[in-house]
Amino acid sequence: MKLERMRLGLRINQNNIIIFSTLLLILLLYGAGSVLYTGFFSWQVFFNLFIDNAYLIIVATGLAFVIITGGIDLSVASVVAFISVVSASLLQQGMNAYAVMAICLIIGILFGAAQGYLIQRFDLHPWIVTLAGMFLARGASYFITTQSIVIENPTYLSISKYKIHLVGSNFISVSVIIALVVVALAVYAAKYTEFGRAVFAVGGSEKSSVLMGLPVPRITVLVYTISGFCSALGGIVFTFYMLSGYNLHLMGMEMDAIAACVIGGILLTGGFGYLVGPLLGVICSGIIQTIVMFQGTLSSWWTKIAVGFLLFLFILLQRVIVIRRQRRRVINHGSTMTPPQLQPLTNAEYSKL
Amino acid sequence: MRSGDVLLKMEEVSKTFPGVKALSDVNFTLRQGEVHALMGENGAGKSTLIKVLTGVHPMDQGKVYLNGRPIVARSPLEAQHLGISTVYQEINLCTNLSVAENLYIGRLPRRRGAIDWKKMHADSEQLLRRLNLNLDVKKSLSDYSVAIQQMVAIARAVDMSSGVLILDEPTSSLDAQEVQQLFAVMRKLRDEGMGIVFVTHFLDQVYEITDRITILRNGSLVGEYETSKLSKSSLVTHMIGREWKEEDEHRKTESSYTPEVVMAAKSLTRAGSIKPVSLSVRKGEVVGLAGLLGSGRSEFANLIFGIDQADSGVMTLGAEQFQSMNPKKAIRQGIGFCPEDRKIAGIVGELTIRENIVLALQAKKGIFNYIPLKKQQEIAQRFIDLLRIKTPSMEQRIDNLSGGNQQKVILARWLATEPKLLILDEPTRGIDVGSKGEIRRLILDLAKSGLSILIISSELQEMIECADRIVVLRDRMQVGEISGGDMNEASIMKMIAEGGGTSEQYPQTGS
Repeated sequence: MKLERMRLGLRINQNNIIIFSTLLLILLLYGAGSVLYTGFFSWQVFFNLFIDNAYLIIVATGLAFVIITGGIDLSVASVVAFISVVSASLLQQGMNAYAVMAICLIIGILFGAAQGYLIQRFDLHPWIVTLAGMFLARGASYFITTQSIVIENPTYLSISKYKIHLVGSNFISVSVIIALVVVALAVYAAKYTEFGRAVFAVGGSEKSSVLMGLPVPRITVLVYTISGFCSALGGIVFTFYMLSGYNLHLMGMEMDAIAACVIGGILLTGGFGYLVGPLLGVICSGIIQTIVMFQGTLSSWWTKIAVGFLLFLFILLQRVIVIRRQRRRVINHGSTMTPPQLQPLTNAEYSKL
Repeated sequence: MRSGDVLLKMEEVSKTFPGVKALSDVNFTLRQGEVHALMGENGAGKSTLIKVLTGVHPMDQGKVYLNGRPIVARSPLEAQHLGISTVYQEINLCTNLSVAENLYIGRLPRRRGAIDWKKMHADSEQLLRRLNLNLDVKKSLSDYSVAIQQMVAIARAVDMSSGVLILDEPTSSLDAQEVQQLFAVMRKLRDEGMGIVFVTHFLDQVYEITDRITILRNGSLVGEYETSKLSKSSLVTHMIGREWKEEDEHRKTESSYTPEVVMAAKSLTRAGSIKPVSLSVRKGEVVGLAGLLGSGRSEFANLIFGIDQADSGVMTLGAEQFQSMNPKKAIRQGIGFCPEDRKIAGIVGELTIRENIVLALQAKKGIFNYIPLKKQQEIAQRFIDLLRIKTPSMEQRIDNLSGGNQQKVILARWLATEPKLLILDEPTRGIDVGSKGEIRRLILDLAKSGLSILIISSELQEMIECADRIVVLRDRMQVGEISGGDMNEASIMKMIAEGGGTSEQYPQTGS
């Protein structure tokens, strides 16, 4: 019985196939890197994937909630940059480090909630609202300063330098712990809270969710609030990493976050995905980046090319899954569970005419 | 409470929409342990009554009592909390979630703050067993057929209901076997003492499952009847609303068709839409498609024009055979189609009369083969004169015209493509009596000039006047054909009610 349940738990179905393909891809890429380059196969290289991308993991995880409801948040990268500028300038004025962090998080929450409210209350398209949010946050950082501000606050410096040793002399940073806690909370919330399941329901069908009595307006505002909060938290973590505030930080990172979600199996049409996905997506592109780095002669743009190619593949995979799901619904009759099958398109009929 | 006790009572319910009296003083009584059919033609007020009851629309006047206590539902959610659950034709569930989640979302069982998946799965299985369903509740809903999804929706409704269940056309996308599955569940719930309101267009289903029938017509109550004591033909008469009088009938006197077959459909089928229909139309012939709403009339027209794809069957147009059709191909093959709802599917309100007229011709020629303005004006003027479209100028926006004239513009649009076959779905709905007569005369004139016409109309008299031959559909099945001197309202209604004696030959499994 127990064995059977374990096997069932690992059963590959259409919901988790993308997660499994992403995992497989990570293993393949990591294996390829290890075979090709000496020094690639080490704990520290692996840990560095997390250290370098902690902020992206946090931002992408927050964004995933929005995407699962069928929305999008384009403002995330600008918020991260804005938070870096805000915290650097506040710290420069001598404010307490923890107070700065609290202010940053509140800014993120308010910013996200405002976007969510506009989208929900006036039935605006999330693309438009968050695009405006993106310009607003980026512009607001220019308003504070156009210069890059270096952070010299001792608390920030010590958090930034702090090494948590794991497996011998290898280490991870505080940011990695924060990122992993965020992912763990997100996974829990998605699976074990009424809110989490409602997010999936709204992504499946907003109209049905309303008719089933779910508080759809509240859920909509809440997912954008979560995304705003995660962007702010990502901003703090990014500030630990860079130790500077600059309004040109992370131009276009929102697309990296969206890409991480897609590669991690979050369907852009909403309703499907696992909250561990964005983490895997980030690690995936991180490995590609590391390989390009180890290779040495390749331009860093090759990372973008490889990620672009991957994205294309994964979107194609998502599409195939959706099409299969639709077909299966037509094929299946009653409770007999016939295995899904892709039927060849009947092009023959068309060409005949 | 015992079976037979009054569960829900609606008294003197009235509802007015701008310009329309949708319900006037309607009474409706639902008892414990009965399946109660709500019948009526389109626009009779069935759905308004349901919507008033479930709080979608507020009522202007009247009272609703549930278990003897007066209630007011201001929203569907409130109705649900009062214990009135509704399952719509369209399934309002989230197919991306698991079966269990769909049953319990919004009220998921929790243990120490976290969702108790184990309890939810156990509860779901138990709830579904009550409906004789044995499903893997962990699987996502999209893994199951529409019928099962419908059943899950019912299970959710039943679990949240305190005795009243409304099923609004739940069977319209199910096949015969699935309908039986649904009926088994309905019988079980009825025996448990639930009161079920069943809205449907299928007469056979009404006689199979219901105990009582309430008939509405034009927003008024016709009456409440015991199903076993009401014959099918009197049901149809009550729904349509008048006894047929022989002297009313003007039959078409002269036919102008030639033996040449323009279009022949052989066993066109589409699962969940229509069972095999075979039909041929000769040059200059007017063929009518009769049947109640939902009998498959429009569905069949959609198959011919290629709006829906047929699963099987062959169509012959002239000398060519087709297995699949699409509107573009249909236009090129000389078929014109005036759809049922001209406001939605016919006119382009923002364009002028001229533009609306040349639309189909332009589509036929391809968008790169632009028709010069002068030519367009010529065409438009010709049809404005020919069809006597009343308008100050051809550059008027079409939505300024009256319904009858709009309909004529759409006719003109298709006539401009010089079709061989014209399909008219409800060509005279919603237009005044004078224009109706004119359109009918036009149909006869066009047929005389050699055009073949397939006409669908709810008004039997209209078809008797225009058609050379009438094919009768019922419950998505072709049940018979009447031609020439046998065509009168009585014979058609009889066939609609009784199925012309051929219905038994059709397979009931329908998978």
